[in-house]
Amino acid sequence: MRRNLTCRLVGAALLAFAAGQALAQDAKVADELAKYREALADGNPADLLEVRGEGLWREKRGPKNASLEQCDFGLGPGKLEGAYAQLPRYFKDTGRVMDVESRLVHCMMSLQGFTFEQATKNWYSKPGTESDIEALVTFIGAKSNGVKINVPATHPEEAKMAKMGEYIFYRRSGPQDFSCAICHGQEGKRIRLQELGNLTTQAGAGEAMKTWPSYRVSQGTVWTMQRRLIDCMRQARWPEPKYLSDSVIALETFLQKTASGTVMETPGIKR
Amino acid sequence: MKLKIALFGALTATIAGVALAQSAEPPGGKYAKDAEQMFRNSFREDNPKYWMRRLDQDETMKLCSQYRDNPPRKIGARIEQMNRETIRYPVDGKLIGDWKEGEKLAAVGTGGHIGFIQPDPAGRVRGGNCYACHQLAKAEVAYGTIGPSLQHFGKIRGNSEEIVKYTYDKIYNSNAFTACTNMPRFGLHNWLTPEQITHIVAFLVDPESPVNKD
Repeated sequence: MRRNLTCRLVGAALLAFAAGQALAQDAKVADELAKYREALADGNPADLLEVRGEGLWREKRGPKNASLEQCDFGLGPGKLEGAYAQLPRYFKDTGRVMDVESRLVHCMMSLQGFTFEQATKNWYSKPGTESDIEALVTFIGAKSNGVKINVPATHPEEAKMAKMGEYIFYRRSGPQDFSCAICHGQEGKRIRLQELGNLTTQAGAGEAMKTWPSYRVSQGTVWTMQRRLIDCMRQARWPEPKYLSDSVIALETFLQKTASGTVMETPGIKR
Repeated sequence: MKLKIALFGALTATIAGVALAQSAEPPGGKYAKDAEQMFRNSFREDNPKYWMRRLDQDETMKLCSQYRDNPPRKIGARIEQMNRETIRYPVDGKLIGDWKEGEKLAAVGTGGHIGFIQPDPAGRVRGGNCYACHQLAKAEVAYGTIGPSLQHFGKIRGNSEEIVKYTYDKIYNSNAFTACTNMPRFGLHNWLTPEQITHIVAFLVDPESPVNKD
């Protein structure tokens, strides 16, 4: 019995020692990663896309030969300062909760006369094919740089969307039993060397949401939040969601609501 | 004795988990049903049916989602029982394979990605991707921390029949021991074959494996 206890105590002490060592090494790795990000941030290629987006915003295009300058993201026609930071939100004219991308596509259709297929054909860029939506979202996002994320989700439709986003966040399925929460529901974890934010807290969700849209060094292009979340589902080994689908908007609403109060730093730059 | 230490640790973790168990409402609250329908309708129509089946939830997935991966003990015990019953063994009964094969499988994170944007090419190897979440061999520094460190797994625990079976079972179906753990159920989903699991068991318990030797 006594030997038993001694054994347990020694075991516990050894475990504590090992944990201490591991923590020290983890902290060192985190330091190196922070330096890497700092180096990346020196000259963000997303700035070029932002300039192209501004051009597209003002250019008369489409069957109606109109610009997007009258597009209303919730703060009034053409009012872009801080618009991204308060999306998704409910829009009376469509009766739907919309994110920046679904609203932008709505404007390309209603103001410029594009069809849905035309507007969304290149919703993300591929090598050799630019995406107007990526450029426009980078430009619109940058207009919220320094602005606090503000999605209180007080409208009943917004509140419902946020709750449905929460449902999806915890929903486990697929051949790896994944949900968003298993990687993004705890503090201070990593996948390989990639730090994971706890998206259920304001700090964690804020850290994640404030830098989007973001230039992805590994992808060589800017990713929008739709692209980000659709890829999360790919990594969960799920089938592919529709672009602008309600599930993605619901997740965005849930995350932006949780992140509210965080100051935007966009366009960001990431691995 | 060593098993007792392991059990003691597991017990502590379980108690901590129970203490954290939230009385919060299930995710989605009163909109959970609507949310499920919305979720199912959010996928491209051209996803083949056999892809869409990946969205189906078994009882374990449903309960874990509902309780935010923190089920009350009674339900947790039911989940563990249910999952224990699914474990199958290799035909020849040998649970320790080749640690070198296991080492390869532990490092592979590809496989199983579907969709139209960036699916895995046909025939892409499916690994255990252990390093995504666990520290294993000392030489590999790019390890994740979602799961506990498994460095010196065999050195600490030995390779008794009991430990070997536990290791195999845990990889085959993690929920047989800890309901709603983050760890995938590799055997249950046929993500890894029983033979592949024995290789990973060897990587963990073989004294010659870099998990234990270095």
